[in-house]
Amino acid sequence: MNAENSAVTAQALSQRIALTTRKLTLAYDGASVISDLDLAIPAGKITVLVGSNGCGKSTLLRGLARLLKPRHGTVYLDSASIFKLSTKEVAKRLGILPQGPVAPEGLTVRELVAQGRYPHQNWLQQWSKEDEWMVEQALSITDMIELADRSLDTLSGGQRQRAWIAMSLSQNTDILLLDEPTTFLDLAHQIEVLDLLYDLNQTQGRTIVMVLHDLNQACRYADCLVAIAQGQVVAQGEPAQIMTEALVREVFGLESRIIQDPVAGTPLCIPVGRRR
Amino acid sequence: MNHWITVRSRQISFRIDRRVPIVLVVLGLITLAIVLLSLGQGEYPISPIDVLKTLLKIETDNADYDFIIHTLRLPRALIAFLVGVGFAISGAILQGITRNPLAAPDIIGINAGASVVAVSFIVLFPSVPGFVLPIAAFAGAFVAAILIYLLAWDGGSSPIRLILIGVGIAAFTNAVISVMLTFGQINSVSQAWIWITGSVYGRSWEHLLPLLPWLIVLIPLALLLSRDLNVLHLGDDVARGVGSRVEWQRVLLLITSVALTGASVATAGTVGFVGLMAPHLARQLVGTAYEGLLPTAALMGGMITVLADLLGRTLFAPTELPCGVITATIGAPYFLYLLYQNRHQ
Repeated sequence: MNAENSAVTAQALSQRIALTTRKLTLAYDGASVISDLDLAIPAGKITVLVGSNGCGKSTLLRGLARLLKPRHGTVYLDSASIFKLSTKEVAKRLGILPQGPVAPEGLTVRELVAQGRYPHQNWLQQWSKEDEWMVEQALSITDMIELADRSLDTLSGGQRQRAWIAMSLSQNTDILLLDEPTTFLDLAHQIEVLDLLYDLNQTQGRTIVMVLHDLNQACRYADCLVAIAQGQVVAQGEPAQIMTEALVREVFGLESRIIQDPVAGTPLCIPVGRRR
Repeated sequence: MNHWITVRSRQISFRIDRRVPIVLVVLGLITLAIVLLSLGQGEYPISPIDVLKTLLKIETDNADYDFIIHTLRLPRALIAFLVGVGFAISGAILQGITRNPLAAPDIIGINAGASVVAVSFIVLFPSVPGFVLPIAAFAGAFVAAILIYLLAWDGGSSPIRLILIGVGIAAFTNAVISVMLTFGQINSVSQAWIWITGSVYGRSWEHLLPLLPWLIVLIPLALLLSRDLNVLHLGDDVARGVGSRVEWQRVLLLITSVALTGASVATAGTVGFVGLMAPHLARQLVGTAYEGLLPTAALMGGMITVLADLLGRTLFAPTELPCGVITATIGAPYFLYLLYQNRHQ
């Protein structure tokens, strides 16, 4: 997919673009994982990156969040290259929740959530009224107020993930990137976290970009689905428009039937195994 | 809000865990009590009341008290306290940047770097004047730290590599020290040995003065960097995500930590395990936020060292044990206990 195409697709979804990549090449230890990628992420929408293990979707997310320096090309936040802006400036506009973050022993939820205020503080102003208010807001949105003084290691996986999301929320950025926010959670907690993110998008208009493992959850929650295989974008668009049996075959190497999700009306992928 | 005490004016604002002030006051009072006891102890015992009177420049019956306390004993007690403070803050910082509760200047080879240089001077060049020793020790700590950082660098510094390389450097330098102690002259070896163990014996005002500027600069710097330590503790990706310049912060913090250790080692030798124990005990008292943890660990480290010096002088009096022997006797089992706890989580 070339630059014009992806821009056109994104424009069809929304007038505004939050993040753009131009000829982005990302590499780990010499081996390039993403090469020459042009991608536009629509503002105010939920974009979900899907693909098989090792296809480069997490790498791409880290690249979008400037956690990984590209070998070539760049990422644009609005119109400025993300690497030309100060990292603190970026952190006021873009938050990232990496996969499986680990908190130090004994850290309380409230203390963790307060760390999201880092980019808004300086040596003199370390705890403004706004900081305090944002932390309380983040705790309340994620329904963590009652657990705020508990230490993270005493919480369940779902509660812990909500605490980390609360930290990202207190950062108060227009764009929120999340790498597999539902891993290690049971099904009920997965839906709980996804509903929370959906509400954030709906009520506050935040741009959400996340990597999800589960294709059907991706179809249900995404406004814009980005299918990645071998470091390239294979398809991008509304799930209902791009999800086909051919796409699943190309991206996951899996035969499947696509039917309509009886609950959400979005595409539902039923895998076909070799035996049953 | 009752979890944090918030201080806010137009120019500045900060918050601190509500447990911090009370803990600092209690630790301060205990330390003061130990210092008063310590100043009264020795060949020439003085009652705590007379010690207090002398300190406050109130007349006492004995004119010698002034000399004994102000010239002989006070600088020693103050040095014990201040090197304890230095080791403790240094250890707390290292535990933060390596995200490992077992990291401390003596574990990751910074003390060993200082020791190997100091011991070389004592054993190989006994004629070198005394004032060179602290400078050499300080330099040794820095060379060790730079070596650890460079060897651990692989397109970025990773906490676990810093620790493993540090432990390796410590093992190697300790081997070199053993060789020198084995083949050195008996007199210089015993002098070197006391230095390695860490002792504040015979320290006077002239030893205290060179230590002060370091602490006056580095302690406020460490406190200013506590916010950065807090986010570094959450992992490199999270820290970068909230806008921390991770590599730069880590280098700055490492330099602060090494300079604190270097200055302390240069003054009193390698008083072991204070940098490990003090931050730990402090964390139990006030939690993990560095704004409160650093000052609490500092007081805790000072208290431990002053107490160790007092015990070292009284337990087997008139024989005097270096305070480093006491801290190691308590510290080594404590370290094993932490290892054990770490494994069983």
